[in-house]
Amino acid sequence: MAPIIRSKKPVIVLLCLQLCLSFLNPALAITTGSGDGYTISGRVKLQSMGFGAKGFILPGKISDAKVILNGGQSVTFLRPDGYFSFHNVPAGTHLIEVTAIGYFFSPVRVDVSARNPGKVQAALTENKKGLSELVLEPLREEQYYEIREPFSIMSLVKSPMGLMVGFMLLVVFIMPKLVESIDPEEMKRAQEEMRTQGVPSLASILPGAARTN
Amino acid sequence: MGVAIRVFVLLLFFSSTIPTFSLFEDQVGLMDWHQKYIGKVKHAVFHTQKTGRKRVVVSTEENVIASLDLRRGEIFWRHVLGTNDAIDAIEIALGKYVISLSSDGSILRAWNLPDGQMVWESSLQGTKHSKSLLLLLNAEVNKDNAILVFGKGCLHAVSSIDGEVLWKKDFSAESVEVQQVIHPLGSDMIYVVGFVGSSQFDAFQINAKNGDLLKHKSETLPGGFVGEISSVSSDTLVALDATRSILVTINFQDGNISFQQTYISDLVEDSSGMAVILPSSLTGVFGVTINTLTLFVRVTTEGKLEVVEKIDQEIAVSDALLLSEGQQAFALVQHGGEKIHLKVKLGHNWNSDFLRESIEMDNQRGLVHKVFINSYIRTDRSHGFRALIVMEDHSLLLLQQGEIVWSREDGLASIVDVTTSELPLEKEGVSVAKVEHNLFEWLKGHMLKLKGTLMLASPDEVAAIQAMRLKSSEKSKMTRDRNGFRKLLVVLTRAGKVFALHTGDGRVVWSHFLHSLRKSEACGYPTGLKVYQWQVPHHHALDENPSVLVLGRCGQSSRAPAVLSFVDTYTGKELSSLDLAHSIVQVIRLPFTDSTEQRLHLVVDADQRAHLYPKNPEAVGIFHRELSNLYWYSVEADNGIIKGHAIKGNCIGEVLDHYCFDTRDLWSIVFPSESEKIITTVTRKLNEVVHTQAKVIADQDVMYKYISKNLLFVATVAPKASGEIGAAMPDESWLVVYLIDTVTGRILHRMVHYGSQGPVHAVFSENWVVYHYFNLRAHRYEMSVIEIYDQSRADNKDIWKLVLGKHNLTSPISSYSRPEVVTKSQSYFFTHSAKAIAVTSTSKGITSKQLLIGTIGDQVLALDKRFVDPRRSINPTQVEKEEGIIPLTDSLPIVPQSYVTHALKVEGLRGIVAVPAKLESTTLVFAYGVDLFFTRLAPSRTYDSLTEDFSYALLLLTIVALVAAIFVTWVLSERKDLRDKWR
Repeated sequence: MAPIIRSKKPVIVLLCLQLCLSFLNPALAITTGSGDGYTISGRVKLQSMGFGAKGFILPGKISDAKVILNGGQSVTFLRPDGYFSFHNVPAGTHLIEVTAIGYFFSPVRVDVSARNPGKVQAALTENKKGLSELVLEPLREEQYYEIREPFSIMSLVKSPMGLMVGFMLLVVFIMPKLVESIDPEEMKRAQEEMRTQGVPSLASILPGAARTN
Repeated sequence: MGVAIRVFVLLLFFSSTIPTFSLFEDQVGLMDWHQKYIGKVKHAVFHTQKTGRKRVVVSTEENVIASLDLRRGEIFWRHVLGTNDAIDAIEIALGKYVISLSSDGSILRAWNLPDGQMVWESSLQGTKHSKSLLLLLNAEVNKDNAILVFGKGCLHAVSSIDGEVLWKKDFSAESVEVQQVIHPLGSDMIYVVGFVGSSQFDAFQINAKNGDLLKHKSETLPGGFVGEISSVSSDTLVALDATRSILVTINFQDGNISFQQTYISDLVEDSSGMAVILPSSLTGVFGVTINTLTLFVRVTTEGKLEVVEKIDQEIAVSDALLLSEGQQAFALVQHGGEKIHLKVKLGHNWNSDFLRESIEMDNQRGLVHKVFINSYIRTDRSHGFRALIVMEDHSLLLLQQGEIVWSREDGLASIVDVTTSELPLEKEGVSVAKVEHNLFEWLKGHMLKLKGTLMLASPDEVAAIQAMRLKSSEKSKMTRDRNGFRKLLVVLTRAGKVFALHTGDGRVVWSHFLHSLRKSEACGYPTGLKVYQWQVPHHHALDENPSVLVLGRCGQSSRAPAVLSFVDTYTGKELSSLDLAHSIVQVIRLPFTDSTEQRLHLVVDADQRAHLYPKNPEAVGIFHRELSNLYWYSVEADNGIIKGHAIKGNCIGEVLDHYCFDTRDLWSIVFPSESEKIITTVTRKLNEVVHTQAKVIADQDVMYKYISKNLLFVATVAPKASGEIGAAMPDESWLVVYLIDTVTGRILHRMVHYGSQGPVHAVFSENWVVYHYFNLRAHRYEMSVIEIYDQSRADNKDIWKLVLGKHNLTSPISSYSRPEVVTKSQSYFFTHSAKAIAVTSTSKGITSKQLLIGTIGDQVLALDKRFVDPRRSINPTQVEKEEGIIPLTDSLPIVPQSYVTHALKVEGLRGIVAVPAKLESTTLVFAYGVDLFFTRLAPSRTYDSLTEDFSYALLLLTIVALVAAIFVTWVLSERKDLRDKWR
C-alpha cells in the first residue's frame, strides 16, 4: 500500500492502461447476443508457455485444438489468434474444456448470469483458480512417450546379464585376492584340510582336466 | 526359505509399482495401427484451378469437413465438428477459404484452404426453422466478395474476408417457406422464392448490394405445391402440384408470376407413382423420378416441356459444371452388370454424349449414390473430366479416363458393432530352406537391433531397424498365432457392409455388402444393428469355418421386420440370410451351443415373443432342458420401467411353431416418473472370466466377491437434470444408482448422489462397477466405484471349519436366494468428460484390470483399477501398502504416458472394445469412431513372455562371454595346478 500513497500518478496510468486494454479486448467477455442466449468469448494461449519446453513434443497446432462446451453440447475451433466464442448460450453455469494434443488444460467453470451480463465469472476446476478474463492456458505439457535413456555403461551393468557377468568377474578376480590376504599359516592349514577332504578344483571338474590328474 | 522370501519381496516390488501403459516414441506402429476416415460424403468442391496441389474439399454425414489430395485420396486436413453441428453446405471463396454452413444454417465458418486453420466464425441469428442455403456472389457485383446465406428464416450477406454480416433481411415475418435463392449471373439482383402455406408462391427481388427489397409479388395456384423446386433458368422454376401429377412451370420474369401446368401423364405413359423432382442445377433441363423411372425434361423458351431422355434404372446425376466457354456439363452414372457407365453431357447438346466411360466396379460397393464432376484441360486443349463418386456402402472413388484412380473405404467411419473371429490354423510343414533363410534374417535383424541399443548404428541402419520392426511379416500373417494376437475384427457399418480387419496391420481382409441390408423395394430403410459370433468351431467341429450373425431390421421403428444374415469369417461369403416375419427388440445370447458349435440365440420381438435360433430340433432340445433356468430383463427407459421375463411355453397361434415361445413377466420395477428417469443401464459382459472369487486383504482376511451374471447397474437422474450441464441447479438434480438382481428383481444396493447429473458412462466387471458422471456442486466430473461382496460366505475364514467340513463353500449357490451382500463405494474427481468407458479383459482373468476411458479429446486413457478401489484411504497402513493400496487422493491422476492412443486421436470416438488374447497378460483394444485405432495392452506388463524389443543378441553375447571366461579361467587354473605340482 505504501507506494500508492507516495506517488499516485503511476497507479492512475496503470489503471488507465488496464481500462484501455479492457476496451481493446471486448471479446473476452460474456455479451448478450441478439438471439435468445449469451455469447461466451475467450482466448486460448498455446505458444507462450514459460516452462517445460523440452522440444520433444511437436508444437501444438492451433488448428487442431478444439473448445468444447458442456461435454459436447457444442464444439468450436480457434481462430489464428487463439480467440473462440460460443453463441446462443443460455444463462447458467457452464463447463468449457479445451483439447489440444500435447497440452493438458483444466476445464473451466463459467457462470453466465442474466443479472450482470458482460461480467466474466470463470474458474479453473482443477485448482479452483479464478480467472479475471477468459484466457485459457495449458496447465502443463503432455509427454506421451517414455524418453529412451541414451546408452550408458551403467544401464548395461545394471541389466540382469550385466549383473551375471559382474558377479562372475567378482568371483574370478576378487576372491583369490581375498584368499591371498589370509594369514599364510592359516592358509596352509586350510589347504591341508582341503587336500584331505579332496575338494575339487575347477580344473578337476572340467572333463579335459581329468587326464592331467 | 530364503528364495521364497526373495520371490515374495520381488512380487511385492512388482505389485507396488503401478504399471502405466508407456511407450517409446520409436515403438509407435509396432503393436498399434491407426486409420483415418471421413464418412459418407455429402458435398464436394474441387479446387484445381491453380497450379500446385490439386484437392477436393468434402463434407460428410459424420460432420467432418476435410480436404483430400486429388491424386491419392489422402487427407490433407480434417475437422470433426460437434455431433449436433451437421454441415448444410460448403463452398470455396476467394480461392483460399473453405466456407462451411452448419447447425441448420446458423454457424458459418471459414477455413484456410492450405492448412485447415479456422479463419473466422460467424453466428447467424434467426428465429425460424427453415431450409439452409449457401450462395457465393460474384466478385464484380460485390467488392466484399459477399456470401449469401439463408438460414433460420433470414437472408444474410456475409463478407468472406472477415465474416462480418453486411446486411440481413428477415423473412420470418412474411411466413414464407423459402425454397430457393437465385442470383442470375452478372446481375446485382437476388431472387428469393418460396411458398406461403401450400398454394401461394412468392417471389422477392432484392438488391444484392444492400439487401433492400425491390419487389415482392405473389400468386396462388389452386392445386397447391408440394416438395422441391428446381430452377431451370434465372427466371423459370419447376415444381410439382399437391397431387404430384402435374408439373408446374413458374415464370417470374419482370415481377409477373405466371404458371403453366403440364400433366406428367402427357409426358410419359406410365405415370403412376410418386413423382419427385431431382435437386439439380442444369440450365433448361430438370429431372423427375417416378418410381425407378427417371425423366429428363427440357423447358423450351415458350415454357413448354419436352422429354429428352428416359432412363428406367437407378442413376446418379451430378450438378452442372460451368465450362470455360460458358457452357455447362454434367455427369450421369448408370449401372450395367459388373460395370458402371459414366456419361458426361453438355447442357445444350443433350442427344450426344461428350464423354462415355465404362468402369469395372466391385459388386460389393452397391449403387452409385452421388457423383461430383470436375474438368481439366488435356494436352490437346480439349476438356477432360474426373468424377468423384460416392457409393451405397459409403466408399469414395475418383474416376478418371475410365479407371479408378483411388478409393477410400469411408464406410468404416460409421461402425455400428464389432466382434472378433479367429484366423485359420497354420498348415503343417514348413520348408527347411525357409527356416534357414529366416534364421539368417533373424540373426541379422538382431545384430542390427543390438547395434541400435548400443547406439552404434548409423542413421541408415536406424531407419532399417525401424522399417524392419514395422514391416515384420509375422504380425500380418493370415494364420492363428500362439499368443492369440492375430485375429479378425468383424465390423458392421451403418451402410450395412461387413468388414473383416486384420488386427496385425488393420488391412481389410474381406468385405461383404449384405443383400439383406441393401435398400430394396421390400426393405426401404434397412439398418444394421448387431454382429455376434455365431459359430466358433472348437473341438468337434474344427473343419467348419467360424461364422458371424448379423442382425438388422427393415426400417427405423422397433416393430419393423428383422433380417438375419450369416457370414463365413474365413471367406467373407454370406452363408444364408433370413427375412423374418417378426420384429427384433432384444437379442439374448444363450450360453449353449449345438453339436456344430452354433450358439443358441433368443430373439425377443415387439409382441414379447421369443424366437429361438438356430432353427433345428437339436437346439430346441437343448433349449427345453434349460427352459426353467432362463431369465432376462427389459428396460423401458421412456416409461421408467424395468421388467423381468421368463419363458411360458410354446406360442399359441394358428400354426404350431416349435421355435417360438410366449413369455411371462416375473417382476417389474417402476421408477417414479416425477423424480427419476433412467439414463444408463449396464451389465457384465457375458464372456468375462473371473479367476478368483476370494480377495485376500491385508490382515490375512478374506473377502468373497459377489459374482453374479445377473446383476444390472441402473442410473437414474432427476427429470429436470436430464438435459445439458448448466440447465439445472445443484439443488434440483440428483443421480440415483441401483444394483438390481435380474432374476428376482431385488434391489441389492441403492445410492443417491445429490447435486449430480448425467450423462453417465459406466462399466461393470467382476464384482464392481465404475461410473462417470457430473457433480454440479463441485462443477467437476466424478467417477465412483461400487464393489459388492458376499457376506454369507464371510465366516468361512476359520481354517478349522474348513478342515472339519463345516463350511458352506460347497453349498449350491442359487439365484433365487436372498444374498447377504455388503457394498463398498468411493468417489473421485476426474478431469475430463468421458465418451466411453471399457475395461480390459484377459483370457483367464488373472491379470489386473485397467479402465479404458475415452476422453472428450478423443484419446483413450488407461487407468489402473487400483486407483478406483473403495479400500483406498488417506493413510494406508504398512500392510495395506504392501498389498498395493494407493493413498487416497481427491482426483484420479492423468499420466500422459498412460494414454493408449499416445499422440494420436481417435476422432469422433464412439466405442472401445477390449478382447482377450490367448496370452494371459495381454488384451487387444479396438477403439472406433470416425477413426479406427487398435493396440495391444499388457495391464500388468508382459510377465509371461519376453517383450518384442528383448535383445536376443545381448543374451547370446553374454553367453559367449561367459563361455569364453570359463575357458580362460580353465586354462589359468590348469596352469596354476601344474605350477603347484612342480612345487
